[in-house]
Amino acid sequence: MNELPQQLANGLILGAMYGLIAIGYTMVYGIIQLINFAHGEIFMIGGFGALTVYLWMPAGVSLLAIIPLMIIGGVICSVAVSAAAERFAYRPLRNAPRLAPLITAIGLSLALQQAIWKWYPDAKKDRSFPQFKGEAIDIFGAHIQRGDLFVLITAPICMIALGLFVSKTRSGRGMQATSQDPDTAKLMGINTDRIIVMAFAIGAAFAAVAAVAYGLKNGQIGFKMGFIMGLKAFTAAVLGGIGNIYGAMLGGVVLGIAESLATGYMSNVPGMDLFGGGAWKDVWAFVLLIIVLLLRPQGLLGERVADRA
Amino acid sequence: MTALLEVEDLRVAYGKIEAVKGISFTVEAGQIVTLIGTNGAGKTTTLRTLSGLLKPAGGRVVFDGKPLTDVPAHKVVSLGLAHSPEGRHIFPRLTITENLQLGAYLRNDKAGIEKDIQRAYDLFPILGERRKQAAGTLSGGEQQMLAMGRALMCQPKLLMLDEPSMGLSPIMMQKIMETIVELKAQGTTILLVEQNAQAALSLADQGHVMEVGKIVLSGTGADLLHDESVRKAYLGED
Repeated sequence: MNELPQQLANGLILGAMYGLIAIGYTMVYGIIQLINFAHGEIFMIGGFGALTVYLWMPAGVSLLAIIPLMIIGGVICSVAVSAAAERFAYRPLRNAPRLAPLITAIGLSLALQQAIWKWYPDAKKDRSFPQFKGEAIDIFGAHIQRGDLFVLITAPICMIALGLFVSKTRSGRGMQATSQDPDTAKLMGINTDRIIVMAFAIGAAFAAVAAVAYGLKNGQIGFKMGFIMGLKAFTAAVLGGIGNIYGAMLGGVVLGIAESLATGYMSNVPGMDLFGGGAWKDVWAFVLLIIVLLLRPQGLLGERVADRA
Repeated sequence: MTALLEVEDLRVAYGKIEAVKGISFTVEAGQIVTLIGTNGAGKTTTLRTLSGLLKPAGGRVVFDGKPLTDVPAHKVVSLGLAHSPEGRHIFPRLTITENLQLGAYLRNDKAGIEKDIQRAYDLFPILGERRKQAAGTLSGGEQQMLAMGRALMCQPKLLMLDEPSMGLSPIMMQKIMETIVELKAQGTTILLVEQNAQAALSLADQGHVMEVGKIVLSGTGADLLHDESVRKAYLGED
């Protein structure tokens, strides 16, 4: 079997998930300069929302038919929690020193984890998530599990929809204006509070889609799943240039592929054989981040346009 | 005739520090009214309060017959009050056309918006030539034109201009001042804040001199231009 296409495919699948989550970090940061550390938990809650819908369904219905409903359930849960967090946790701190909302976000992240742990039935250990049965599909010499096709299809659709929304709609234009100059955006008649809620909601919806992808891939979800995925997605957002939506997706894919290649090939590099394999993949992800930040601090697609006074 | 804008005993504070300490003035429809004074006199604070970006600590503002004091910033513009802020604040990463479109954010008449964008290009031909360019790449004077053009896009009853001549070359300043006169001739009412007292007073119907949060002197533009204390304090004469 040829290994390279397989490693690239694995990286792409993982990276598309990172990218979908990273959109939430980058949009919120782009508008209110907040690193929403609770976003990983918004992702996790999307997974539990989707699982709940699945459990409601009568036995015998095919998973493919339920998937759209699971997405809707996950999106509703994620968006509701995220919008509530914005309204009641972050908005009162809008003019506070930047450390205050950051600490709030970390606290919220822990609180959401514990809430699921305590109140979701049997969530104290991982819960199993439905998976597509059937043979893996061969594409360009890579075996792709049927469940993994989900993210390969949804991620591009989400990105195209977001791109059109931001560039073509009035609200999208308002969002760009708000991220560049919030006070002046108000002078144009833009309700910036509503734009901010919208940014949180879009990020949450994308995270929920990523959570369904995560569940389909791994066959289980747990209250802790948001931590490492959130951290990786945040890394992806910084890697791609925080504030830039296309950068977030690019950063995710680059990160996913780098991780996958490092896992597969590092042990073949002379002298590095100790550092190959899955145990080191997180290390390589952050090494990549450090290298990019040293060489290109604004990230891959980060822009530096002169803002003349 | 009632005034388009009535400001009565307006007070604005940053925390405990009062920046505007009870000022009153009116703007009649069709006039150019100017607030002049040095840095820190409270001129910009006054405009930012009128457009809702700052909340007043006291006083009353009536615009076009409606109280303005509790209206949030994003609704003020829908009443017909446009604000071109100090330092221009164009959206640097959007194109000139997109900046102008944002000025018409609350309007739904596509054809009318197109027409007004064309009008902005007629007023400032350089903007038309560079319409696809990111606004952040424009020179200071061109950015000022864009900020004015953008403010006009909401078809305001009152246009507030905060230091439109700041940092501009004399030629560019001349052009901006000519435009203000032209806008007045077209029927726009203008509230002009300026540090350049000479330029502002020579085209204003009414002028008010602000010092540390208060209006210390009011009169017609011509009167103030010839007032001895104004000449000494603001026009650099002995």
